[in-house]
Amino acid sequence: MSRPRVRAAIRWLCTLAKRVNQETLVSVVLTAMALTAVSGLAVITAFIFKEGLPLIMKVGLKDFILSSDWHPLEGKFGIFPMVVGSLAVTAGAMVIGLIFGLGGAILLTQFCPPRLVSILKPSIELLAGIPSVVYGFMGVVILVPFIREHIGGPGLSVLAASIVLGIMVLPTVISISVDALQAVPRPYREGSIALGATEWQTTHMVMLRAARSGIVAAVILGMGRAVGETMAVIMVAGNTVALPHSPLDSVRTLTSNIALEMAYAAGDHRKALFATGVTLFVIIMILNTIALRFSRRRAGGTRSR
Amino acid sequence: MHRVTIVLCTAALGAFCLGCGKGKGKAVSVIGSTSVQLFAEMLAEEFNKRQPEGSNAYVEVQGGGSTAGIQAVNNGIAEIGMCSRELKPEETGLTPIPIARDGIAVIVYKDNPVSGLSRAQIRDVFAGKITNWKDVGGSGKPIRLITREEGSGTREAFTHLVMGSSRIAGSAMTQESNGAVRELVIHDPAAIGYMSLGLVGKELKTLTVDGVVPSAADVINGTYPLVRPFLFVVKDTPGEGAQRFIDFVLSDRGQQMLEKEGLVRVK
Repeated sequence: MSRPRVRAAIRWLCTLAKRVNQETLVSVVLTAMALTAVSGLAVITAFIFKEGLPLIMKVGLKDFILSSDWHPLEGKFGIFPMVVGSLAVTAGAMVIGLIFGLGGAILLTQFCPPRLVSILKPSIELLAGIPSVVYGFMGVVILVPFIREHIGGPGLSVLAASIVLGIMVLPTVISISVDALQAVPRPYREGSIALGATEWQTTHMVMLRAARSGIVAAVILGMGRAVGETMAVIMVAGNTVALPHSPLDSVRTLTSNIALEMAYAAGDHRKALFATGVTLFVIIMILNTIALRFSRRRAGGTRSR
Repeated sequence: MHRVTIVLCTAALGAFCLGCGKGKGKAVSVIGSTSVQLFAEMLAEEFNKRQPEGSNAYVEVQGGGSTAGIQAVNNGIAEIGMCSRELKPEETGLTPIPIARDGIAVIVYKDNPVSGLSRAQIRDVFAGKITNWKDVGGSGKPIRLITREEGSGTREAFTHLVMGSSRIAGSAMTQESNGAVRELVIHDPAAIGYMSLGLVGKELKTLTVDGVVPSAADVINGTYPLVRPFLFVVKDTPGEGAQRFIDFVLSDRGQQMLEKEGLVRVK
């Protein structure tokens, strides 16, 4: 387009804007923007289901999810080891994320002098900004050799992936748990202290119980992140297509299966990867729905204070 | 205020539109095997540097894998596909142009006492029938298999040359590139893997296969058994730029460069 034409177009838009009520214009533009974001979700959903579902139908849902034979070039598509791998790695990550995340949240809200909070909280939030490939690289360079030499196994393992993911979900778990703990009405805490309970008794008998649903939501959102993480997991999990027998065995997760084989896949193999995506999509939707329910309940509780 | 914004926007748009007009000519895109990619990048860099002033041919190289490269050529996304295995019977309508040959090296940790295996032994190791290094004359450690992902050209060539009808064991750890396999084996005393001979480097031990040391000389005279072709794949007649790049790769200079990097020339 030439410059005068562009200028004319802009001028036309401006006169149009003056004629239409500005408020209406803004609301129309904002609605369009919001719809664009949501339609992105709709398109993605429609696309992966369109590509993936036919294969699941062809193989059979039971054979697809519960079979352990993954030989895509021979037409065998069983993703059970990957489902187990994803769940194992996520569970491990949540154990680590919950212990350290909840510990951190309790410290930040109950025991920490405000000056320390002002240092700790931003640095924890900074963790969320580190790219996952950096976590993966640190895992490969430091964690994996450590596990191989001191604990055993190949090093690339459920354990390594769990630790890396556990650290990655910390910012999510901590910041949502902190919000939940801070939302507990002050009189609860004051009342408990007034009744003679110590700080720790107040924390675990009153505060944690009152904030329970928020903490559950934090854990589930963290889980969503852990299930979906790809790059770091590919680097430290070893990507073996076999059921793990111990935390020291290497596994492949659903996400790494897609990312590893996408570049090469064709035909049914490619569809099987989309079907893997469908499975992942369903798992994450379930987790998010549960999290949403818990956080709604929490919002209801806060309103009644 | 509004006026300033409008002027700025117009200026930006105008600059953008002017910018579109210029730029370089149409790129020759080369897509495919990660094994060939490194060499093709090097050749492309040299090729682009040698273009006379005013010529607008230039070459862009991307990875993705052999199968992806063939698909890209079929769909017209790339003019040249890179492939590190023979074409399959069902991949019709394409012309393969061998640009070099490459050995597949079987690699282990540098201090591994085992120095060679027969092809049958390698097959049994990767099929999961031999699971301990002591069964092939090494230490008592369990063998850790490292393989490439399904669809990789290196994996397909390895399966074709070594495995026959056996499958690579499910317990093998899967890595997504030559570099990742190499990185793992460098640090793991019990590991065994396979990768492109041209990319091995010095921190690893390469095993002799059927008693033959993997070297460029043995690839040339055909004594080393694990050899595969590196192919450029084109559809119909390649465009002028693509043809010039292919000619350059097959020229004495291009072949010399490949040879220097540890591959075996075809001309």
